[in-house]
Amino acid sequence: MEDMDEKEYGEYPTLLISSGMYKTELTEKYKNRKKWVAADPKKIYALIPGTILDVYVKPGQQVKRGETILILEAMKMQNQILMPYDGKIKKVYIKPDEVLSKHQLMIEIV
Amino acid sequence: MSLKRNILDLRKRKIEVQKGGGDKAIEKQAAMGKLTARERILAILDENSFHEYDLFVEHLARDFDMEKKVLHGDGVITGTGTIYGSPICIYAQDFTVAGGSLGLMHARKITKIMDHALKMRMPLIGINDSGGARIQEGVNSLAGYGEIFFRNTLASGVIPQLSVILGPCAGGAVYSPALTDFVFVVENISKMFITGPGVIKSVLGEEISMEELGGARVHSEITGNAHFYAKSEIECFEQIKKLISLIPRNNTDKAPVLAPKEPLKKFKIDKIVPGNPRLPYDILNIIKSITDGSEFFEVMEMYAPNIVIGFGRMNGQTCGFVANQPKVLAGVLDCDSSDKAARFIRYCDAFNIPIITLEDMPGYLPGADQEHMGVIRHGAKILYAYSEATVPKITIIIRKAYGGGYIAMNSRHLRADFVFAWPTAEIAVMGPEGAANIVFRKEIEEAEDPEAMRKQKIEEYKEKFANPYVAAAKGYVDQVIEPLETRSMLLHALSVSANKSVSMPKKKHGIPPF
Repeated sequence: MEDMDEKEYGEYPTLLISSGMYKTELTEKYKNRKKWVAADPKKIYALIPGTILDVYVKPGQQVKRGETILILEAMKMQNQILMPYDGKIKKVYIKPDEVLSKHQLMIEIV
Repeated sequence: MSLKRNILDLRKRKIEVQKGGGDKAIEKQAAMGKLTARERILAILDENSFHEYDLFVEHLARDFDMEKKVLHGDGVITGTGTIYGSPICIYAQDFTVAGGSLGLMHARKITKIMDHALKMRMPLIGINDSGGARIQEGVNSLAGYGEIFFRNTLASGVIPQLSVILGPCAGGAVYSPALTDFVFVVENISKMFITGPGVIKSVLGEEISMEELGGARVHSEITGNAHFYAKSEIECFEQIKKLISLIPRNNTDKAPVLAPKEPLKKFKIDKIVPGNPRLPYDILNIIKSITDGSEFFEVMEMYAPNIVIGFGRMNGQTCGFVANQPKVLAGVLDCDSSDKAARFIRYCDAFNIPIITLEDMPGYLPGADQEHMGVIRHGAKILYAYSEATVPKITIIIRKAYGGGYIAMNSRHLRADFVFAWPTAEIAVMGPEGAANIVFRKEIEEAEDPEAMRKQKIEEYKEKFANPYVAAAKGYVDQVIEPLETRSMLLHALSVSANKSVSMPKKKHGIPPF
């Protein structure tokens, strides 16, 4: 009986909430929600949109934790981006004067 | 000068100032599809009720050759009038005069009418249509904004404050509407943002139009900054009048009471809800089968549509409705719907409007994005708002009332005055499927046919707990009622609550999870 009237609602998507399956419309906001991805400690992203003023490291270079690797100017402030731990630079994705958007990949560490 | 000449001189001065920015600027305003500030005020207010203040105010800018410029009324019209005979204060920024830019005297005209509204305890309507701060007046224009925001805050919860965005409202200017109770926007006309498309392009290289950045639809659907969306200014004015007719003039007053009306016969309350709790229906049909004349004035229709809020009358008395919407996202609570409901509950509480809660929701929306957006903090706002509210609070549990959501949706435990449940109600710590999986995990795992055992256990759990009687046995539900009794039980509860009086612990103010 229940399954029969469920067919009438066939066009509705199903939403799963604590093991319950519900026939319901979804909102655009829900459909466009951001999927979670684990952070990769080897990749350094721009946390704020801005412009690269200077890059101090090259691929293959050994860099100590706390050393400045580049300057990202954003919101009228010259932000020093520091090396998060001792390591070797694998790849540099940006160059001086480049305008970055938020979450753009800047540096990859080996 | 003779008296007659004095009078003629006054009339001439009035006519001159009332031209605003002059014919050319008015033509431009019309070309943008916008009414002028004066036309807007006259369209909102009852005929011949507008009394203008501060018509002859002049600006104070003395730099950049501004002293030579005449700015009629300094770009804003202020005064009082009536809507359906009820007095209100109103101001409208005049875009035809220096782009409606806000200088010190412009702001002083606004703060004067705000002070008046607060002192006389009447609603304030602000019409925003302004290019922003008058740069030539420097920090004085910032001072002006600050003085407006301060008064918005003082007046909050004392008098209703309505903001109408009928043009640009950018930069700091957006914070006055944000501090008020209700924001009205109109398609293609309203634009609200902190930083405009130009700056965003030069700093970030992102190209976005004004409409996509902060148009009427964006604020109605995505940001939740706007409460009422209209296709035209005229439709917007009708919404304003409707709202004013439903709410009290101030926080010591009661909303206007109309003659009672029965709901329309076409809304059959006992034929709307599917028996299967996994299937959707439109909660608006339930609301309309309860309210006077089946009328319901929805607030924030497009934002977080998984919860419905708005005003309807019960035997002539305005009530605030908060209802889960099973048709959208199964009616779950999430960050946005919690914000939406919590603020509305606080509005109703501040202005003595009883709250009717209709509950049918499976719990909170799961997901990393929700958790990371702070669904704990946002969800807590509903608990806070209901717990703190001292107006009559009545809950009808229609179907699902699971877990934390059951507590949040004005449960007995948050001091609801009445909790009624339909026989279809399922009041439980969680849905039968989830609960059976946990409670009978061992039996299911060890069974020869675990799937068959799971189904059997879910049925057992449903039979025993997915009903209103467990909660009713504890007194958490006052009465299990038939759907057709809903309106009469609500009317009974409202009449019993007419003189409700509760005292709360004395405090300066609480610390709600903003």
